[in-house]
Amino acid sequence: MAGYKPVVIQAYPVLGEKITQDTVYWNNYKTPVQIKEFGAVSKVDFSPQPPYNYAVTASSRIHIYGRYSQEPIKTFSRFKDTAYCATFRQDGRLLVAGSEDGGIQLFDISGRAPLRQFEGHTKAVHTVDFTADKYHVVSGADDYTVKLWDIPNSKEILTFKEHSDYVRCGCASKLNPDLFVTGSYDHTVKMFDARTNQSVISVEHGQPVESVLLFPSGGLLVSAGGRYVKVWDMLKGGQLLVSLKNHHKTVTCLCLSSSGQRLLSGSLDRKVKVYSTTSYKVVHSFDYAASILSLALAHEDETIVVGMTNGILSVKHRKSEAKKDSLPRRRRPAYRTFIKGKNYMKQQDDILINRPSKKHLELYDRDLKNFRISKALDRVLEPDCAIKTPEITVSIIKELNRRGVLANALAGRDEKEISRVLNFLIRNLSQPRFAPVLINAAEIIIDIYLPVIGQSPVVDKKFLLLQGLVEKEIDYQRELLETLGMMDMLFATMTRKESTSLLQHNTSDGFLENKKIES
Amino acid sequence: MVEVESLRVVRCGGSELNFRRAVFSADSKYVFCVSGDFIKVYSTATEECVHILQGHRNLVTGIQLNPKNHLQLYSCSFDGMIKLWDYIDGILIKTFIVGCKLHALFTLACAEDSVFVIINKEKPDVFQLVSVKLPKSSSQEIEAKELSFVLDYINQSPKCIAFGNEGEYVAAVRDFYLSVYFFKKKTTSRFTLSSSRNKKHAKNNFTCVACHPKENCIATGHGDGKIRLWRNFDDEKKYTYTCLHWHHDLVMDLAFSVTGSSLLSGGRESVLVEWREAAEKNKEFLPRLGATIEHISVSPAGDLFCTSHSDNKMIIIHRNLEASAVIQGLVKDRNIFTGLMIDPRTKALVLNGKPGHLQFYSLQSDKQLYNLDITQQEYINDYGLIQIELTKAAFGCYGNWLATVEQRQEKETELELQMKLWTYNKKTQGFVLNTKVNMPHEDHITALCFCNAEKSENPTLVTTSKDGHFKVWILTDDSDIYKKAVGWTCDFVGSYHKYQATNCCFSEDGSLLAVSFEEIVTIWDSETWELKCTFCQRAGKIRHLCFGRLTCSKYLLGATENGILCCWNLLSCALEWSAKLNVRVMEPDPNSENIAAISQSSMGSDLFVFRPSEPRPLYIQKNISREEVQWGVFVPRDVPESFTSEAYQWLNRSQFYFLTKSQSLLTFSTQSPEEKLTPTSKQLLAEETLPTTPFYFILGKHRQQQQDDKLNEALKNELVQLPLTENIPAISELLHTPAHVLPSASFLCSMFVNSLLLSKETKSAEEIPDDVSMEEEKESVDSDEENNFTEKVQDTNNTDLGKDIIHQLSKSEEKELRKFRKVDYSWITAL
Repeated sequence: MAGYKPVVIQAYPVLGEKITQDTVYWNNYKTPVQIKEFGAVSKVDFSPQPPYNYAVTASSRIHIYGRYSQEPIKTFSRFKDTAYCATFRQDGRLLVAGSEDGGIQLFDISGRAPLRQFEGHTKAVHTVDFTADKYHVVSGADDYTVKLWDIPNSKEILTFKEHSDYVRCGCASKLNPDLFVTGSYDHTVKMFDARTNQSVISVEHGQPVESVLLFPSGGLLVSAGGRYVKVWDMLKGGQLLVSLKNHHKTVTCLCLSSSGQRLLSGSLDRKVKVYSTTSYKVVHSFDYAASILSLALAHEDETIVVGMTNGILSVKHRKSEAKKDSLPRRRRPAYRTFIKGKNYMKQQDDILINRPSKKHLELYDRDLKNFRISKALDRVLEPDCAIKTPEITVSIIKELNRRGVLANALAGRDEKEISRVLNFLIRNLSQPRFAPVLINAAEIIIDIYLPVIGQSPVVDKKFLLLQGLVEKEIDYQRELLETLGMMDMLFATMTRKESTSLLQHNTSDGFLENKKIES
Repeated sequence: MVEVESLRVVRCGGSELNFRRAVFSADSKYVFCVSGDFIKVYSTATEECVHILQGHRNLVTGIQLNPKNHLQLYSCSFDGMIKLWDYIDGILIKTFIVGCKLHALFTLACAEDSVFVIINKEKPDVFQLVSVKLPKSSSQEIEAKELSFVLDYINQSPKCIAFGNEGEYVAAVRDFYLSVYFFKKKTTSRFTLSSSRNKKHAKNNFTCVACHPKENCIATGHGDGKIRLWRNFDDEKKYTYTCLHWHHDLVMDLAFSVTGSSLLSGGRESVLVEWREAAEKNKEFLPRLGATIEHISVSPAGDLFCTSHSDNKMIIIHRNLEASAVIQGLVKDRNIFTGLMIDPRTKALVLNGKPGHLQFYSLQSDKQLYNLDITQQEYINDYGLIQIELTKAAFGCYGNWLATVEQRQEKETELELQMKLWTYNKKTQGFVLNTKVNMPHEDHITALCFCNAEKSENPTLVTTSKDGHFKVWILTDDSDIYKKAVGWTCDFVGSYHKYQATNCCFSEDGSLLAVSFEEIVTIWDSETWELKCTFCQRAGKIRHLCFGRLTCSKYLLGATENGILCCWNLLSCALEWSAKLNVRVMEPDPNSENIAAISQSSMGSDLFVFRPSEPRPLYIQKNISREEVQWGVFVPRDVPESFTSEAYQWLNRSQFYFLTKSQSLLTFSTQSPEEKLTPTSKQLLAEETLPTTPFYFILGKHRQQQQDDKLNEALKNELVQLPLTENIPAISELLHTPAHVLPSASFLCSMFVNSLLLSKETKSAEEIPDDVSMEEEKESVDSDEENNFTEKVQDTNNTDLGKDIIHQLSKSEEKELRKFRKVDYSWITAL
């Protein structure tokens, strides 16, 4: 025979953000550390080598921060004008940065004075990057040109003049030393090959390109500009794979998570969105206080650094998971007892009889199974359950009503117990999802306790509160109905077809209007 | 089918199993129960129905084992006959004609050749217990007119009569008193409950009685849930009684165990209570039996109990209160809201079952296949409780989807509605809940239907409600990057001038949806959900709505409350024809254009079968049932029949079943009653001489196979005698040597198994030229004697075996023996 069937707890959809493994992962950061810089933070770059310091470019300075330091451990400030795009080399020992005056400077991390200076651009250099062979630097400038520099003798090797507007972003391939891409305000993203004298692929983004990003494999290119983030398949000759429009304002920066599974984009609308790189759906988003200009993720996503227009650098560190292990371990049974009988191999003629699995019942279910109805009601009216999970309480009240014993369960309570029930009613009566059940319970309570009313001021006060609540609710309903009538009239004049009204009415009303509780 | 007889309405299964107490056979292998005009014999181990004893012409009202021969069974019926059956073979032995309506039957071991029956003589409410002397005669039908009166003014239910202490007395209860008749003293004592004398509405009336098998003790059940144990009742002054109280509602039945050490009771709580030593403290429970316990019976061997339940179910329960088998018939004790449906997968009839369940019932085997728990809530059986009702259900997409609607209404304004959508899971072979919709509408749902068009790629469901809306639900992809999921969402809400929507129906190709709003039928395009046209006949609210099929798909049929059947042409948007017919049930045949309509008049229900293309019916059958027909359904046949007569051609591909208000399931059949009534199960009850041990499976099968082989070879007339397993020396050696002197089992195993496998080799041995020397022939005689049992078996199997073959047999047998001897020696040397 079938066993006891537990009470069905009505599950309601949780409003707001759904809890997924992504939200759990990206919410698992400590509260951000705010660092004030001198101007808008235009670039944040992590050193690819331990200890994973990061370079922050703001105004005419470049600060190097240690991973957990709040103060810069090093500062490069020998720029006459605004510095741009301080970028580490792959080995983390060299740093290159462009500047407003058109110069490019190469620094040794340990030194202070620039090792090399590349002169040749006539206007501000907004993007610089090292090529994959470490000996060249790619730069793009507002003079519409893209140049390739040789580091050892600080000479210009190549100049590409294919862009017709400012070149504001670029990125060198991590695999091929000769390939790099640049994005420009002329709405194009071009891929150049140093072995030829011209671009090999050019794609039309449609908006001024603010940021480009090559996947580590080099097969996919991500470009950001305007409100769009676009993903291009470079192996198919620059075919548009997907176009994402999830921001309200210009997207300024792009970043890949360390696993390559997630793509992050920061925008002037003060949001960072996290996309899955398989489905290109937004899986999470962060809010920041100001418009975001730059964004970087540390090794293993340990730190998220976001630079904003107001000069604030927001640094979020991942919560350490080691804490959980530090709890004192309970002594467990010996390994021998633990595996006892588990490693027995079933012989051919053995008949396996499993121990009947014990069905776990909630405490209220155990009470209901044994018809301890008042106890079950008491249990779900405990503040712990009634506040955190009111749907369980309501489901139990509903179940008691279905069994026809709600009046018995509510009767015979003293002042403290009845005020607990009334508190719950006052808190939840006006919620449309609970109202039908709770109004019935309230009516029963009033019927039961009407003869003894006036004996306890505490309970009387609660009753008055309940009455006020119901009156207020009736007023609301009346107003809602009036609004609905008005809207109906508006819709009726708008719709041409008189025969059909395709309007779906608001379903939540109508519960309370014909309910009046006299106390 | 050469000659077609007239079409008859026949009852098709689903009769009550819980009408009377079940009776166990003496060895507890079978349990008998009355089932309409039949008696059914079930195996207690396999739940299988082994025999149906047919012969009574009216409701069978009582069965009892013959106390003198426990392989025979007495039965009595409303047709005034007592019949004696051999239940092992399912043969009617004798019929005793009493002549008046018999309400119950009792037998007593001490009462020689007479049985006790309950009859009512004059007034309809006055019942008597009489003993009927069964005359001894060799004829099949005997008049038994010798009635002797025992007790008067008793309750008609057999639960209210009990014979006690090996037939010393009989106890009967009615209303508020208990009467005991002592056979020896021929006196009747009457006991009245003192508290009930002056109360008008006292609830402690007697409901049932049981007598202790050994002692002078009577247990009575009462309407207030108390059980009273009466003692010393031979003295009208000094009688005493004790009370046992656990039930909170009336006690439905009581039974003492065979030894009398414990008392079983059951009631509406669906809990079997066992009172040990008749003490209030020692009680054991078997809860959650599903429905009200109507009857309790105990097997004569004492190892099994059987409870009959109001949901047409019998549960076989072990002595240690463990349910071991459930025999479930068609559940019929509730209102059928869902109507009759056919599960496209199993072809089972689907309708309301247990409270909150949907039952799948096989029409072929008259057996419930399974119950689908829709409400998934603990069922509390209590009087006056408002339960959740399963009101609507529909299958869609070839049985892949099932939609159900359940409702509970306590007060006018408080309606709880829930719609559930179930998907068929191929892995578990069952329906799994997919989507739950709370309050899909604001008022009762009046109809729901799936779009069952073949080409439709997206499953669509339409619900109509009294709140004036109809809603279209579609299956949508709910999956995100983490999981794949599908769910149902509302796609469209339509209404028409705030009239109540009453019916809905999709056309066969799924392109049109017809929704009726009270008197008006609206046609909607299922692509755009635009209103295409409306039909209105001003002939009352639409009760049924259906599209024509196949060649008649341009017609729409509607039956109204005022008794008008309308047929509209969808191409011309005009009324094609209408007829005055008070249609109760209108069902289209899924395999043809035919539509069956059952009309209701004061005379009874009539069946009309017609095609929408012409108003003249194909077939009319008047007066199919005296009562109102509630639901009907066409069931596609597995094998199409070919009726030559034009009038019956509508039954070629489908069969029509219908359910009347009293919930009897009926169908049409052209077969003669005898043909129809041939027992469904002809298998012989296995001769139970051999116990079915694992060893039997090895040896018994082996022997069976040998017998079969022998039969075959006898036919070919070159019969070879095969050795019996008993005669194989290796086996007899093995079985007769004391275990402690035998070598280890693993050592003997291969030899033992080899000796069993020899039968194959004998066939080849037959081809080897016979080189038996003369001196060894002597032994063959011995082996003949050894094998005479085999021959007997063989004789019984095939009687025309000549004696001349025996000699041949012995020769080959002898050959075998020699071989075995070799085996035997090797076995000993191996030691």
